[in-house]
Amino acid sequence: MNRILLVVAVVVLYLLHQDIWFWRSSRLVFGFIPIGLFYHACFSVAAALLMWLLVTFAWPSHLEREVEQAQHEEDGAR
Amino acid sequence: MIPAIVVFLYLAAVLYIGIFAFRRARGKEEAEDYFLASRSLGPFVFLFSLFGTNMTAFAILGSSGHAFNNGIVTFGLMASSSGLVIPLTIFLVGTRVWALGKKHGFMTPVQMFRDRWECSHIGTVIFAVQAAMLVPYIIIGIMGGGTTLYAISDGAVPFWFGGAIVAMVVMSYVFFGGMRGTAWVNTFQTVLFLCFGAIALIVIGYGMGGFRSAATAMQNAPALAPLLTRERFSPYYFFSYTFIPLSAIAFPHILIFCLTARKITQFKKTVIFYPICIMAIWLPCVFLGVMANRVTDIPEIKAKQEARRVLATQGRTMEPEQRDQLREQSAGDDVIMLLLHRYAPLWLAGLLGAGIMAAVMASDSQILALSTMFTEDVFAFYGGKSRFGEAVQVQTGRIFIILITLFSYIVALQAPETIFELAIQYAFSGFASLSPLLIGALFWKGSTKWGALAVAVWTAAAVVAVAIFQATVPAPAPGGNTIVWALGGTEVLTRTPGGTAVFKFMPVVPMVLVSALLMYVVSLATQKPSRTTIAKYFGGTHS
Repeated sequence: MNRILLVVAVVVLYLLHQDIWFWRSSRLVFGFIPIGLFYHACFSVAAALLMWLLVTFAWPSHLEREVEQAQHEEDGAR
Repeated sequence: MIPAIVVFLYLAAVLYIGIFAFRRARGKEEAEDYFLASRSLGPFVFLFSLFGTNMTAFAILGSSGHAFNNGIVTFGLMASSSGLVIPLTIFLVGTRVWALGKKHGFMTPVQMFRDRWECSHIGTVIFAVQAAMLVPYIIIGIMGGGTTLYAISDGAVPFWFGGAIVAMVVMSYVFFGGMRGTAWVNTFQTVLFLCFGAIALIVIGYGMGGFRSAATAMQNAPALAPLLTRERFSPYYFFSYTFIPLSAIAFPHILIFCLTARKITQFKKTVIFYPICIMAIWLPCVFLGVMANRVTDIPEIKAKQEARRVLATQGRTMEPEQRDQLREQSAGDDVIMLLLHRYAPLWLAGLLGAGIMAAVMASDSQILALSTMFTEDVFAFYGGKSRFGEAVQVQTGRIFIILITLFSYIVALQAPETIFELAIQYAFSGFASLSPLLIGALFWKGSTKWGALAVAVWTAAAVVAVAIFQATVPAPAPGGNTIVWALGGTEVLTRTPGGTAVFKFMPVVPMVLVSALLMYVVSLATQKPSRTTIAKYFGGTHS
């Protein structure tokens, strides 16, 4: 996945945290959860999904290779 | 007395875990094994211990108390923003710090800063700022332990004795088990937290006759309906709070935990499941805190609501001391305990009390981190390790654990709790303000030691300035603000009922922005580290 798209997704989710549209609403979802609380529970699930996207498509695998290389060099030096 | 017995059994269990970890590591007197568990934590322990170390007493007691008085806003303010920002910083910063630790053997953030910026005493300044902001957590943990044991035992265990027991237990398993023991205990505690929320929700919901009627009744009551919304909160304040979770990755104990993973792939599960774990703990606590407002058969809760009502209606005409007294009376940190006491059977209240105990004992990681920092950044750096050897370094770390616990216990008995609650409030902003250090070190070749020093000095000065300001200007009554400085009709500096506002934002916003600016401007004007050092950090990376 394009990294720019992932950056945009992070920024959009950050902006969506500021949900001014439910600011004054006391509407209840399923008859007992206030809409503002329900929205932020859904936001948490969306954050987990975004993290899954980041881990899947933008994982810093070069760090792992660098560490392995450094360890090989260290073992070789011994 | 049954709940107290269950809690004591729990304390014995965590003590045993620490001793078991000690026996597992028997014979190894290596600093890396004691302070970092030989960088060998597996995925399950890494996820739960890293998450658990970030969950303080505030997660359970404070969140429900805040929600009791402020409503559902608590979840968006502190939980969902953390669910986005914290895993993101672990993904971006934690993985890189892990790789550098593995490659170059760093055990503390200051070791990395000293190497990255070719500095020595500036690293000591950063150590001092970090340590000063970390100590209040340990003190408040001991206070929380004393208060909880006192409440659970119905006063049979006095505060001083409860605090001493908690301090002894935490000190013992950190002393013996080091990082391995701390990580295992944190894992055990996190599993308890997660079970706690679900069980408390079911039991209290059943006891209250279901949440549907309670929520509808709140919706129809003019005095309570605003608690189901965020209308009493400014969007500026809400936005400001998204800067606070930047503190997590700048906390030394979290960064040190990042060094304990066996493989980098172990970060994957932590990053993905972090927002879900936060939701699983905070959602029930916040929801129960809000719903506690509909409970009619607990006199203590009615008294809190009455204090809140008096503060809101007559607060403006009162003396600051009277307002502070009413604020203390209306504080809801014990609402979960009151709900459990009223609705849960005794044995279950004890089990859930153990869950709360687990939350207040989260100071273990801070104690170990301080010990690691002291032995590595001060003792070893100034020649102690080369002169006396690694075994003495580990023993020094253990002695430091005893001394810091003793010091914290003595202070906890002497000083009022509110002082340290405030200190923690400032410390969150302070650590968030230190986050540009990590961004500069890891992502910007042009950052320098003088930029780092400017960030550290600014952070310390800003934290002290906010503390002095709030101690000097009394908090106004709810609904009112004291404008201290305005410029052309724009509010620059305001004392609010809950703290301070700068251009209507919380102090953390200017603190982080000025910090980032100082890192940039001062680094531009000063000499960069050598090319060799820059190549060491950026030569083969894709930063």
